[in-house]
Amino acid sequence: MTGVAVHLLGLRRTFGSVHALDNLDLSIAPGEFIALLGPSGCGKTTALRVLAGLEDADSGEVLVGGKDVTALPANKRDMGMVFQAYSLFPHLSALDNVKFGLKLRGRKASPNRAGDMLDLVGLTGFENRFPHQMSGGQQQRVALARALAIEPSVLLLDEPLSALDAKVRVQLRDEIRRIQTEIGTTTLFVTHDQEEALAVADRVGVMRAGKLEQLATPAEIYQAPASAFVAEFVGLSNRLPGTIIDEEIEVLGHRLPLIAPSSSSSPATALVRPESVTVEPHPDGEGRVVTTSFLGPISKVTVTVGEVLVVAQIASDRLASLPAGAPVRVTLSPSPVALA
Amino acid sequence: MAGVIARRARKQRAFRWAVLIVLGVFFLLPLVAMVEFSTRDSNTWSLLIDWPQLSATYPDLSDGIVASLLQAALTAVLMLLLLVPTAVWVRLRLPRLRRLVEFLCLLPLTIPAIVLVVGLAPVYAWVNYFLGGSSVTLVFAYTILVLPYAYRAIDAGLSAIDVKTLAEAARSMGSGWATVMGRVVLPNIRSAVLSAAFLTVALVLGEYTIASLLNRTNLQVAIAFLGKSSATMSVAVSLTALLLAFVLLLLLSLFGERRSSRRRKESTS
Repeated sequence: MTGVAVHLLGLRRTFGSVHALDNLDLSIAPGEFIALLGPSGCGKTTALRVLAGLEDADSGEVLVGGKDVTALPANKRDMGMVFQAYSLFPHLSALDNVKFGLKLRGRKASPNRAGDMLDLVGLTGFENRFPHQMSGGQQQRVALARALAIEPSVLLLDEPLSALDAKVRVQLRDEIRRIQTEIGTTTLFVTHDQEEALAVADRVGVMRAGKLEQLATPAEIYQAPASAFVAEFVGLSNRLPGTIIDEEIEVLGHRLPLIAPSSSSSPATALVRPESVTVEPHPDGEGRVVTTSFLGPISKVTVTVGEVLVVAQIASDRLASLPAGAPVRVTLSPSPVALA
Repeated sequence: MAGVIARRARKQRAFRWAVLIVLGVFFLLPLVAMVEFSTRDSNTWSLLIDWPQLSATYPDLSDGIVASLLQAALTAVLMLLLLVPTAVWVRLRLPRLRRLVEFLCLLPLTIPAIVLVVGLAPVYAWVNYFLGGSSVTLVFAYTILVLPYAYRAIDAGLSAIDVKTLAEAARSMGSGWATVMGRVVLPNIRSAVLSAAFLTVALVLGEYTIASLLNRTNLQVAIAFLGKSSATMSVAVSLTALLLAFVLLLLLSLFGERRSSRRRKESTS
């Protein structure tokens, strides 16, 4: 199965006075896995639903495989979709759920296609289970098998993991990525979980107020955010006051390069990642440890430097050397930073 | 202490039995009286189960029975055709209208049948003009009359499933709206649809006011008419109609219970 290109061109959609989509443009390459990430109400789900044909755009075009499908109803668009809510048909077994779309299309698919799909999502032996006899994770796997069984041109995932518990979520997330890589279907994945988006997607689109703030690879999104919104939404950031001098910013006595150089000399706030902050115990240190949080292999340390609160990420084995109240020296690594 | 508890339990048991007996007598006494009265003439019950002879002896009664059965079946069909797609559509596309639709469907419950007839009379003048004066035309009035009960049943059924997501899932796999209704929504609200249909049949079989005031015939009108010439037969038919309604309601509750207990059993297995 090879994927098709998808283009959303100038999509607009308003609900009353709210602009859910505000002239949204998005191009997805054939076989690409794109994650749309953003806070609630940013329009990511609306974009996916417009692509699925479940929602009409006020204006704009939807092109799938070079064909304009804007006016086509949902049932003629050839898309597979997995929903946030459990969407298996309660009166059908897992196998019959997967067969549903195949029967509708009257495809002369191999008789074992539905069973093969259940194998693919790791649910061999669950063919005769009904939805209420399966866990949430199993139901979403069947939903994924059902969406893929019809060999859709585009796979749409509308926050399919958000109702699951943390461990199952990570497991299924990785499996979705494995399956997508295996079959190569163009995929649009909507989520509000940044870790999920960064972990699975080829490219991540960060949305805000109906627009794409940035569309880039997960590494670019994290390391070179295009805006303060992206920097703050993706990953934790310290907001540290500083002064712009010679296209750099001076923060806590350190000169840091800027992602978007600015020539004006003025006070500004730098967004610095916790992993760019190093905290060392030092008797003459200018900082004081306020709190520490153990998070497994890494830990978080909150330090005050004067009146500024700085959060740093450290290896957990160093936690013992940083008790609350201990004097510390704070250094910032010279990686480029965004301005708030 | 144990003695006090045992005494209290005995008292409660006695009270429960007293309530049950009083209620039983209250409900059963009229039925027993009906049985007693209708068996005074030994031919009554044998005639009632002999359809050819019944229709020859009491043609009005047999017409009434046929009319009522036809009305009940057609009302159930018309009600389902109107109500199920409307209720589903309101949930899918017009959720803001849900309260309004519910209010409209419950209205017939608050309007006395006699008042309803006053409003229906001019409408039925047109119905007479276009469709004739057949008793089957009462189906339109009855469909309105059963709305409160049928709507409640169907709405409860739809509340138990996520209609929007199921419909969207089916649509995304290529289903047209007819397939969504027939293969996804209806199988999942089957017991609600059956409840609505049973309630409709029970209600239509017992309807008298509208049929009588609009000069149509049905079972109850025929029974009232028969009461003037053959009291025992009218009581026997009333009793049969009553028992039929009981059986329908019993089936309804049994069906609902079996479904829910099966669900419970499956979900715990």
